[in-house]
Amino acid sequence: MRLTEGQAGARVLAFGGYQPARVVTNDELSATVDTNDEWIRSRVGIASRRIAGPDETVVDMAVQAGGKALAASGLSPADVDLVIVATCTPETQIPNTSASVAKRLGIVAPGAYDLNAACAGFCYALANAADAVRAGTATNVLVIGAEKLSQWVDWTDRSTCIIFADGAGAAIVGAVSEPNEAPGIGPVVWGSDGDMADKIYIEDRNSFIFQEGQAVFRWATTALAPVARQACEKAGIDPGELAAFIPHQANLRIIEGIARRLGAPQAIVADDIVTAGNTSSASIPLALSRMIERGEIASGSHALLIGFGAGICYAAQVITVP
Amino acid sequence: MTEQEILAGLGEIIDEVAGVPAEQVTPEKTFVDDLDIDSLSMVEIAVAAQDKFGVEIPDDQLKDLKTVQDVIDYVRRAEVSA
Repeated sequence: MRLTEGQAGARVLAFGGYQPARVVTNDELSATVDTNDEWIRSRVGIASRRIAGPDETVVDMAVQAGGKALAASGLSPADVDLVIVATCTPETQIPNTSASVAKRLGIVAPGAYDLNAACAGFCYALANAADAVRAGTATNVLVIGAEKLSQWVDWTDRSTCIIFADGAGAAIVGAVSEPNEAPGIGPVVWGSDGDMADKIYIEDRNSFIFQEGQAVFRWATTALAPVARQACEKAGIDPGELAAFIPHQANLRIIEGIARRLGAPQAIVADDIVTAGNTSSASIPLALSRMIERGEIASGSHALLIGFGAGICYAAQVITVP
Repeated sequence: MTEQEILAGLGEIIDEVAGVPAEQVTPEKTFVDDLDIDSLSMVEIAVAAQDKFGVEIPDDQLKDLKTVQDVIDYVRRAEVSA
């Protein structure tokens, strides 16, 4: 049996993000549930979030973000041969989201699968994409995180409706251009803990998302800094050299807690949650695309990503910013 | 560990987690009303206390610790039984 010819390393060629048009402020929420702007800002760090229109689907948002990443990469749809969509809120179990997204973007007959690792989904998908490129089983991969959490939120539950939001973020992953070029996606450090499965869940198709906030907060502020440091160690990058730290935008207090324990004094820490809310698997590529657009992180610098959420699942890797 | 050592350690933790100057952290102070510390910061304090003192304070115990002295007593009791 023969094997495919592999590549020296994979890198992210470009990012793209999409947010639905509708902005929902804390004041708007406090008109319908017992909460207020000051409480939401101090507990979760969100000032406003974006919510998809009633007819806007996960596929629609994924297409928008994926199209932007593709355009920014300079590749054409024909160059992409694998599409991975990380989502935990697909409209349909079958068909999957990724094949429909590929079709709408004009990507013909790619490998296409959905991946559910909840809020860690994008980092899992990015690792899969990098491995596929390195193994030679894909040439260029479109990786998307897309969520419409608003359709799984009880809008009378003040503990969750203030947090979750909608959006999509995407990356194009390809091979390094020269065989001796340093890889642009470092080794993933990933794991899970099924003991914590009952801390974040949606009971069944007629239920809403439930989260035991304090338990998740404790786990996240305790367990994740070591995972983040391990991802740096495996990539051979000292946390002190990181230009950016982009954790899943779960809660600003969690983000600050992990950043404090990580010890990356030079790194700009993503705080996209302030205006994007928690968009689960979309939050990391969405934050990155917006930081790159604003010129906050330089091309060629190192950024540490860490996704974490229901399952419980987590994954982290260092990337070179495209 | 003496009460003074635990108090000093707690002062450092609370300064770092909640930005309350260590000298304001005195035994009789309540977390919520006197030091303006919310439930999430209490979790962060418990996590940092575990690192510093080697004593785990689970969430269901944490809610009963109202004052700085309550935490000092909890840490000392846990040390004795350890």
